[in-house]
Amino acid sequence: MSADDGDCIITVRNLVKKYDNLQAVDHISFCVKKNEIFGFLGPNGAGKTTTVRMLVGLSNITEGEARIGGYDVVRDYKKVRRIIGVVPDISNLYSELTALQNLLFSAAMYGVPKKYRQERAEKLLKFFGLWKMRNFKFKNLSKGLKRRLTIAAALTHNPKILFLDEPTAGLDVMSRRVVWERILELNKSGVTIFLTTHNVYEAFHICDRINIINKGRIVASGTPVELGRKFSAKEVVEVAFQPVNPSVKELAKHVTGALSVKSEKDRIEIVTSNPIPVIEGLIQYAKLNKLNISMLSLRGADAEELFLQIVGEQ
Amino acid sequence: MLDELVKSLYIAGKDFREYYLKPGSLSWGIIFPFVFALAFITRRGGITEWLAPGMISLALFFGSTSMSAMSIVFERRIGSFERLLLFPIGYNCISLGKSLSSFIMGIISAIPVLLLTLIILPKPPAFTLLLTITILITTFTSSTFGVLISFLVKDPTQVMTVFNIVRFTMMFLSDIIIPITMMPHYVIPISLALPLTYMTEALRYAYTGSYDILPPEISITVSLILGILFLVGSSEVIKRSKP
Ligand SMILES: Nc1ncnc2c1ncn2[C@@H]1O[C@H](COP(=O)(O)OP(=O)(O)OP(=O)(O)O)[C@@H](O)[C@H]1O
Ligand SMILES: [Mg+2]
Repeated sequence: MSADDGDCIITVRNLVKKYDNLQAVDHISFCVKKNEIFGFLGPNGAGKTTTVRMLVGLSNITEGEARIGGYDVVRDYKKVRRIIGVVPDISNLYSELTALQNLLFSAAMYGVPKKYRQERAEKLLKFFGLWKMRNFKFKNLSKGLKRRLTIAAALTHNPKILFLDEPTAGLDVMSRRVVWERILELNKSGVTIFLTTHNVYEAFHICDRINIINKGRIVASGTPVELGRKFSAKEVVEVAFQPVNPSVKELAKHVTGALSVKSEKDRIEIVTSNPIPVIEGLIQYAKLNKLNISMLSLRGADAEELFLQIVGEQ
Repeated sequence: MLDELVKSLYIAGKDFREYYLKPGSLSWGIIFPFVFALAFITRRGGITEWLAPGMISLALFFGSTSMSAMSIVFERRIGSFERLLLFPIGYNCISLGKSLSSFIMGIISAIPVLLLTLIILPKPPAFTLLLTITILITTFTSSTFGVLISFLVKDPTQVMTVFNIVRFTMMFLSDIIIPITMMPHYVIPISLALPLTYMTEALRYAYTGSYDILPPEISITVSLILGILFLVGSSEVIKRSKP
């Protein structure tokens, strides 16, 4: 590992991906520390999958560089592949092979010596609660079990780093929790996790550090606590007028200190770090326009609102 | 090197297990060539020895290309092809693995047709050993050819169409059902540009002891060289098709 990598097991510098006219990833840099769960949080189309694909060698890098475990991901791609496991955004194992056959194939392709393959596959099947289904064809497993098996297949060679692209997208609450639990356990056993998600709760629930990506750029980063602090100072003023709510645009012109104003069902929500002038502004606006305020409340912002705000500012 | 060879065998084994029973491989790869051969070899005009090698060539070509279509096109479409790109192996290992599964399928398709000709035709093959070798070589070439085409066509959904155009063009222009000696002279260059012409001529010499226009030294050598070129080409195409 080169000296300036510090304790970063993944180092990314000024990474760019261009598709024809589109800059899908726009000069991003970050470091993933050994043994952490690193979350890449962003809305649809933010560039999460594109970033992962460049790191694991499925896409060409337009510009910039990335190192994993000290190896250049382009030059030393075979060495990189031996130490990483990759779970793509779709569960893409072989449908006619059984759960066990899929794992054995993966182990063989990763060069696990023959005598250890069976043992390794069985251990993973048990770890992911798939033992009873070991002889089921992949195509006959439920969505949640397919996902788990796809994760298992990325672990047959005991990788140091596991890339998970939207590991729980489309799973029900139960399956999602099982996956989270397994990820946390893997991490405890020493596997560094790089996880992408659009689920704010997931990122804040299981990641040690989060980078928020939007339109190909990293727009915020920190631990869940740090990110939380950034906006725990933020509050949401909810207001409703009688006989009818003014438009969001109109109201935004009249309140000072609002970070965002949006209409939500029968009320309007205003995010702010300074609620007093906002409330004063609202009262004044009501008086001026001969409206009644039928509801007014103040609460702390939640993680999803922070996310929307950060992403909305772009 | 040896390590990658073993891994390409694993890929072939996996492909075979996954796809040999799929309707696409069965109908295009096994049933069609057999029924076709049966119809031609037993038709009114009687049994012709000339037809036999063409029928074998057609069978191994249909068989092997039906496997590459499945194992590459289908996998690319559903996204499982990318799994192979994540293993610590080279592109050659992937194209060889894919060629080997096509090869197995080609041999499986050719066997029933070969047996059929052996049963029906009164004369045994001229050179048995050479016939075995040329079957192996031509199946290899048609496998790597199918693999190359499967990777070359950008849109996976169009590969079947491309394959069928290639298959039927070759069927008529590659000395299989229409002798090259009876073709108008301006068609002959086209025929000579098709790999299946060399393969069929190689098989024809081994089976009947004579050839139409390509002597065995040429037809066999060209078949083998093309097979290797297609293999190398496929690896290059996989590498370049990375987005
Ligand atoms: N092969 C491609 N060709 C052209 N554009 C692409 C390609 N792949 C992705 N894009 C574009 O790049 C941008 C980033 O896509 P990407 O898949 O990385 O987003 P994402 O953050 O993973 O989103 P999602 O949550 O939907 O998975 C999108 O605008 C997408 O349309
Ligand atoms: Mg994605």
